[in-house]
Amino acid sequence: MLQIKNLHASVEDKDILKGINLTVNAGEVHAIMGPNGAGKSTLASIIAGNENYEVSEGEILLEGEDISELAPEERAHKGVFLSFQYPVEIPGVSVTNFMKTAINESRKANGIEEMPANEMLKLIREKSELLEIDRKFLSRSLNEGFSGGEKKRNEIFQMAMLQPKLAILDETDSGLDIDALRIVANGVNKLKSKDNAVVVITHYQRLLDYIVPDFVHVLMDGKIVKSGGKELAYELEEKGYDWIKAELEV
Amino acid sequence: MAKYTEDDLKVELESKEYEYGFYTDIESETFPIGLNEDIVRAISKKKEEPQWMTDWRIEAFRAWQEMIEPNWANVNYEKPDFQAISYYSAPKKVDPNKTLDDVDPELLEMYKKLGISLDEQKKMNNIAMDIVVDSVSVATTFKKTLNEKGIIFCSISEAIKEHPELVKKYLGTVVPQKDNFYAALNSAVFSDGSFCYIPKGVKCPMELSTYFRINQAGTGQFERTLLIADEGSYVSYLEGCTAPSRDENQLHAAVVELIAMEDAEIKYSTVQNWYPGNKEGKGGVFNFVTKRGLCEKNAKISWTQVETGSAITWKYPSVILKGDNSIGEFYSIAVTNNFQQADTGTKMVHLGKNTKSTIISKGISAGKSQNSYRGLVQISARADNARNFSQCDSLLMGNNCGAHTFPYIESKNSSAIIEHEATTSKIGEDQVFYCNQRGIPTEKAIALIVNGFSKDVLNKLPMEFAVEAQKLLEISLEGSVG
Repeated sequence: MLQIKNLHASVEDKDILKGINLTVNAGEVHAIMGPNGAGKSTLASIIAGNENYEVSEGEILLEGEDISELAPEERAHKGVFLSFQYPVEIPGVSVTNFMKTAINESRKANGIEEMPANEMLKLIREKSELLEIDRKFLSRSLNEGFSGGEKKRNEIFQMAMLQPKLAILDETDSGLDIDALRIVANGVNKLKSKDNAVVVITHYQRLLDYIVPDFVHVLMDGKIVKSGGKELAYELEEKGYDWIKAELEV
Repeated sequence: MAKYTEDDLKVELESKEYEYGFYTDIESETFPIGLNEDIVRAISKKKEEPQWMTDWRIEAFRAWQEMIEPNWANVNYEKPDFQAISYYSAPKKVDPNKTLDDVDPELLEMYKKLGISLDEQKKMNNIAMDIVVDSVSVATTFKKTLNEKGIIFCSISEAIKEHPELVKKYLGTVVPQKDNFYAALNSAVFSDGSFCYIPKGVKCPMELSTYFRINQAGTGQFERTLLIADEGSYVSYLEGCTAPSRDENQLHAAVVELIAMEDAEIKYSTVQNWYPGNKEGKGGVFNFVTKRGLCEKNAKISWTQVETGSAITWKYPSVILKGDNSIGEFYSIAVTNNFQQADTGTKMVHLGKNTKSTIISKGISAGKSQNSYRGLVQISARADNARNFSQCDSLLMGNNCGAHTFPYIESKNSSAIIEHEATTSKIGEDQVFYCNQRGIPTEKAIALIVNGFSKDVLNKLPMEFAVEAQKLLEISLEGSVG
């Protein structure tokens, strides 16, 4: 699904990613953990195509195709989805209108005609139930005046609507109380299939109790320094990141 | 694509006319440049006006001569030379040899984007139509329905001849001849425009001018509109057209007067899309308009405008709330791009008791443009319990444009409640990236954000107009974010 080869990236001449290698296969869930400032969110933004970062070296392959030169919307059309750590507000644009535009733009790019209104309504109903979202919420302006939890739940609702191949969840657990966390995680789990993949970026092991990863990677100072199974997350929770640093220095 | 300037247009028009042998014909129908009393008399004579009308024009002309062009607006331009303009030219005729192939492809492209029908496109470019059935039959049914209700809807020239008692009684009562420099000029030389009278208690059954809007193209640079809604009547009037208007006249000075008698309601919606000049700021129309309405007791006037065109816009649709319990509303979207400058807003003059006014202004600036809101809320001493709510929002795109707000409030009555809210925001890269990530390309993302920003005003437009206006906003801002 996703293959990242020797990815180097910087912002304003500051090196942030220093040679990332990562392979995510269809049907897998990967967790990327690491201390603040390690480059986790940068990696997510770069996969999504944020042009504020300079990619100096390396490749990003989606289903074998190099997407590193594509515009962010083109990557989206190919099935890349990013759940933002800080979703932005768009006043006056309802969640429904936004989703309708997004879905139809992707369909247009893929040569499919616009989704008929009844189909759209059915999809909205189904996915809002999945994420236990009140339908009234969908007529509100996108993210305007939403609580932290509402914003994150709305991100996963959008993911459910767009049905991406590769979903990257950037700190989706931050700002969520335990009930919201359960709902969001439940949503993600239901959307998981053998044909798609999920990359979860998080600080804490907490979310991984609900979305159980197949692989855990530790990102430190712009590199993946350790990879393992889900037990690695528990180890990090218990010991912090310092022991890895110590291990690396040895 | 090469940019099409007003000079090119002039050249094209001149050569085309010559090419088809219309040159001399047109020449004879156009007055020499310059303005004096003889010219004013000649205009009146050409239009076969009665003596009182000629006198009225002369009175206005004499007042205008004493007046000075205002310079308080937040716009910079080279003042027009009023002696270098020709003040009368006969309406353009259908050119039998012209086809759509002769029209600027850029213009046609824009018509396509706006979804303007072929017939309308032809009409706007003075091309003979093959399929006249539709528009003619529609127009006829339309006229018949209006006649049955006693509604008068015709050109102001026709009204001067057919309904002199109404014109004489109301013309200049809301915008007097000496009101301001441009209004005085318009009063002296107005070319044509619309007249509308809705009798007592009649609700006009259709949006006026929806079917006629295309016929309004070519009413000239000094348009005059007079709209009277008699007691208890209702009318919704649409002015302008979303299609781009390329006019060889640089100066446009229109006057619109609305009179809403007791319990009457007027909804006046405008889309203005005059040629804004090219990307370097060359050419473009100067639009200096005076629009004002008068409300008697319990009457209501709403102005809704979408302004995207013109190089310079100077326009303040206002309401005089004379009668008790009367209501004035102003909803505006003003878009400026490239080198456009707009100074627009409203005046709400509260004279009667329990009068209410609402102002919602949305300014969108892009490129190197300057966009100003200028508004006055005036509460007179006897206007007990007057209320005003104003909201002025500005949206900036890029770092080289400007948004300005000049709200004036004058209250002489302590029972007044006046609220003013203002915001300025910028389309953020993060907003655009967020949309991009969801598969929405940048142009579409900008349109979405701008539409969201303008929603409160777009909602006030009649349905079919709103859809076109929305598309127009998109087109006006195309390419404004790199």
